[in-house]
Amino acid sequence: MEFAELIKTPRADNVVLHRPFEPAVEGTLCLTGHHLIFSSRRQDNAEELWLLHSNIDSIEKRFVGSLGTIVIKCKDLRIIQLDIPGMEECLNIASSIEALSTLDSVTLMYPFFYRPMFEIVEDGWSAFLPEKEFEFLNALTDEWRLTYINKDFSICPSYPPVVTVPKSIDDETLQKVAVFRHGGRFPVLSYYHKKNGMVMMRTSQPLTGTNGKRCKDDEKLINSTLGPGRRGYIIDTRSLSAAQQARAKGGGFGVEVYYPQWRRIHKSVERFNILQESLIKLVEACNDQSHNMDRWLSKLEASNWLTHVKEILTAGCLAAQCIDREDASVLVHGTEGTDSTLQITSLAQIILDPDCRTIRGFESLIVREWLQAGHPFQQRCAQSAYSNSKQKWEAPVFLLFLDCVWQMLHQFPCSFEFNEHFLVTLFEHAYASQFGTFLGNNENERSKLKLPQKTMSLWSWVNQPEELKNFKNPLFEANSLVIWPSVAPQSLQLWEGVFLRWNRPSKFLDEAQEEMRKIISDNRVLQEKVNYLRRKVAHMETNDEMQEDL
Amino acid sequence: MCGIAPIKYSNVEHVKLLDRFSTSNKSLTGTLYLTATHLLFIDANQRETWILHHHIAAVEKLPLTTSGCPLVIQCKNFRVVHFVVPRERDCHDIYNSLLQLSRTAKYEELYAFSYNPKQNESEQAKGWQLIDLAEEYKRMGVPNDYWQLSDANRDYKICETYPRELYVPRTASKPIIVGSSKFRSKGRFPVLSYYHKDKKAAICRCSQPLSGFSARCLEDEHMLQAISKANPSNRYMYVMDTRPKLNAMANRAAGKGYENEDNYSNIRFQFVGIENIHVMRSSLQKLLEVSGTKGLSVNDFLSGLENSGWLRHIKAVLDAAVFLVKAIAVESASVLVHCSDGWDRTSQVCSLGALLLDSYYRTIKGFMVLIEKDWISFGHKFSDRCCQLDGDPKEISPVFTQFLESVWNLTEQFPQAFEYNEAFLLQIHEHVHSCQFGNFLGNCQKEREELKLKEKTYSLWPFLLDEQKKYQNPLYNPSFSPNLTLLEPNTVSFNFKFWRNMYHQFDRSMHPRQSVYDLIMDMSEQNKQLEEDIKQLEAKIKRKSGQSDVVLLKEHQQSAHPAPVMLKTPPCFKKDQPLIPLNDAVRTIEGSNTADNRYSEFMEELSKAEPAIVSLEYGVARMTC
Repeated sequence: MEFAELIKTPRADNVVLHRPFEPAVEGTLCLTGHHLIFSSRRQDNAEELWLLHSNIDSIEKRFVGSLGTIVIKCKDLRIIQLDIPGMEECLNIASSIEALSTLDSVTLMYPFFYRPMFEIVEDGWSAFLPEKEFEFLNALTDEWRLTYINKDFSICPSYPPVVTVPKSIDDETLQKVAVFRHGGRFPVLSYYHKKNGMVMMRTSQPLTGTNGKRCKDDEKLINSTLGPGRRGYIIDTRSLSAAQQARAKGGGFGVEVYYPQWRRIHKSVERFNILQESLIKLVEACNDQSHNMDRWLSKLEASNWLTHVKEILTAGCLAAQCIDREDASVLVHGTEGTDSTLQITSLAQIILDPDCRTIRGFESLIVREWLQAGHPFQQRCAQSAYSNSKQKWEAPVFLLFLDCVWQMLHQFPCSFEFNEHFLVTLFEHAYASQFGTFLGNNENERSKLKLPQKTMSLWSWVNQPEELKNFKNPLFEANSLVIWPSVAPQSLQLWEGVFLRWNRPSKFLDEAQEEMRKIISDNRVLQEKVNYLRRKVAHMETNDEMQEDL
Repeated sequence: MCGIAPIKYSNVEHVKLLDRFSTSNKSLTGTLYLTATHLLFIDANQRETWILHHHIAAVEKLPLTTSGCPLVIQCKNFRVVHFVVPRERDCHDIYNSLLQLSRTAKYEELYAFSYNPKQNESEQAKGWQLIDLAEEYKRMGVPNDYWQLSDANRDYKICETYPRELYVPRTASKPIIVGSSKFRSKGRFPVLSYYHKDKKAAICRCSQPLSGFSARCLEDEHMLQAISKANPSNRYMYVMDTRPKLNAMANRAAGKGYENEDNYSNIRFQFVGIENIHVMRSSLQKLLEVSGTKGLSVNDFLSGLENSGWLRHIKAVLDAAVFLVKAIAVESASVLVHCSDGWDRTSQVCSLGALLLDSYYRTIKGFMVLIEKDWISFGHKFSDRCCQLDGDPKEISPVFTQFLESVWNLTEQFPQAFEYNEAFLLQIHEHVHSCQFGNFLGNCQKEREELKLKEKTYSLWPFLLDEQKKYQNPLYNPSFSPNLTLLEPNTVSFNFKFWRNMYHQFDRSMHPRQSVYDLIMDMSEQNKQLEEDIKQLEAKIKRKSGQSDVVLLKEHQQSAHPAPVMLKTPPCFKKDQPLIPLNDAVRTIEGSNTADNRYSEFMEELSKAEPAIVSLEYGVARMTC
């Protein structure tokens, strides 16, 4: 298919662009296969807007006489408006944008066409290999091994080719366990806690069904991870009743008699359309400037967004607490083990493991616990807050995770190597990007699409030194301790950097940030200078003494 | 002391201090001491919790439990402490003593009259002279061709609750003043609050007119005309009634009310709808009930916040100030502000308006001046509103707290516009209720003079100024948008946030564990010191290299293996000697230490194993620390 077929009017003049908190600009609008490009004609300060079609969540058009107006709502929550003279032009452009922003074939997406203008220092596609991660683990314990049982994705289509499993369990057993677990997602290692050797594993629900089927191999695997006298907790991310209901559909939960050292805890975390609706409501509330205080607060409440944040963060804390405070291992699962499970395992790691709070470590966490673990990004992030489609599989699971990380960053502003901008950037790229990282729903799809060969990895770009500095937190000081966030409602905040970003001018806040950075860098420079001068003085003094001695 | 039942200044041992929000009754055990001015709790780690008797808003004895007799103390600075006293008899004694000590009948028994910071008389007097309102009016540009100082109230004859010195339009003669004052509630006739030099427009304040349904007063009408004529830029003036229209109308039945536009020439009348002191009191009560709930859910918090109406009221106050500022800045029109008596809402709106218009009030000294002018001198009833003496509970209202909260909201929106920081606002709030200094005692200037406060007590301001390093905003930019001395805040609802550092000031677990602000403050302070050091070192090097150039050369070659010289700790990292020791002790909980210290302290606590706090049976994660 040629993009040209979809572009009925490639260019329109005298278009007026309206953006939040910036004066309207007149200029020329161009449509290309992947971008909507607007450039002002003013010579002095030529402004350009490049918008990826894939960033467009919804588009509305209306007419006043022959002047058409297109309102474009983006997945990053921005709303822009274009006034286009001429009804036909406007209709053409609107329908072209609509077609280009809803291409169904992944291979037509921009990452397949994007040619980077920078030199690749390190290829992000191979920066975080499971083998490398395993080397670190192997230095600490020999109870785990890598298995290549899924190398052709036949055992579990949503798992990567290589996963870490208990050494005592052979591939044959794994194969049987996979049959007993939803989607073949047999229990694998997610995190090893150096301090006490406790582990966190993740899986999907066991297929016990209504008559309480059991699987001896599953029991063997799970029980083998606990030494004698040890305890473990199975954190089920569904409520007890939801887990019971799942039995009717062939799913369910493990019966405690067969897993004697394990205790089950139900920690309900919402999923799917409930989250999507929550996001839609929240963004609606944030976008309406006319709300009086009561209405704003009740809309914020009705969105339930912060409730979800609190729920997920609490569940993450619970898992971390079991491991660090209770000296117990943890197994996390929900139904499919691709959403709430990953929120919890990744948050627990950020709480427990200082490495995950560095840029590199956080990238590695996202690769391990989200991309390789098979969070279906393409389905979940197909649409954002302005979508009308209401597909069951669309849900801001990853955005909620990022929000929870932001809450922690807010509470421990010196313990993270990255800044808020890094989190916002990840949010944007998960929804629309020139990079292939978040395309596809799992490693299986990614390898079929040959993404590593045909597209650029987000990490290749982020990890260049000149880009990296934009994502660094100047206050970072490595903190080797466990960080326990407060989950009191008074401590949780609306993530303004995402949800109010386009709704209020940020000039004064940005300037203040700038000043803060200046104070920090001044401090560094001055310290160095003082140290240098002190050394100089000290030398002069010792030399003086030497001369006196002479 | 006042002696109906003798107060026992005894110690009680093995008292438990419960964590307010802990669901598993986490507690500290220690000894409780009762002194003449404070209740002191020292826990096993020798950490001290000081509670000033005047700060106590309510003491409550809860039913006896197996571990002892619970005693809950609520403070005016929003600290809530929950003790468990082993023996009921002791608890009863403490309860009774605190009831007596926290309810003072006479001003002379307040802490300020016994507080002695070891200053001599001249220092004391100098402290009181620090803020000079005559100087302030001069700064604004009055007296001038249009405005003059009136001696009408020199002996408090016209209005007891106004200060002696008042500025009025030159054309307002004494009979007009007297006539107008008779037509205004409590005699509070229209006077100047702030003069905008560039626009030649004024903020004036007064109380409601005694207009009833049809009464009018020619002198009052002349007074308003004089105000509008005193502004050559715009003949029209605004009259802002800060009350909801319904309330103002109801007042007419009592012979009070609001201006009839037909009777006054050139006025534009406007209601702005701020609720009265009773609504505000119950709103705060509701807010505190919600925020004090154990195991609060997000939705209960948000709906409680909404139902309390608190943020709605803060927004209303700020919206009113924005309205006033627009009239002055955009239309160059003078504005007369009033409510009922003109000492609550009027003070809020006038002072916030001035703060938005004039960057001077955004400096530390300027903010003190603003409070002295619009709140203290114009007779905001601090004594009644803050319940300094045992009095009518219906007079209590958080009007001044709302003012501080509005200012805090502005500091959040304009992080570089204010010289002072949040700690400054909190410290002022602390002392408005502490009765440790004379400034806020009493209800009006006349009363203060009668109490001889300037001789018998000390002024707060010099103490705050002495420790101003603590209150300086490291991000402050004095030339913050120089052509924009005017602040135009965004009052869309989502900009207003719950002020956690005020209402949970003492609930350590709720706050971020690391404070960017403290760090930046330390760094900015350290930077100044480093710059000093550099100057000194460079001078030293210059001196020495003058002595022998050869040495310098030699030294340069040697610098490959420099002797490690420890960086001298700059003074800002040493713990400051607190100037107000008692209050500082109270604050150690939230942060007079350097960020580093507090951080490690906190982490020690974290790394301690506390298996008891996990209650996995309920599938509930208990967040500790």
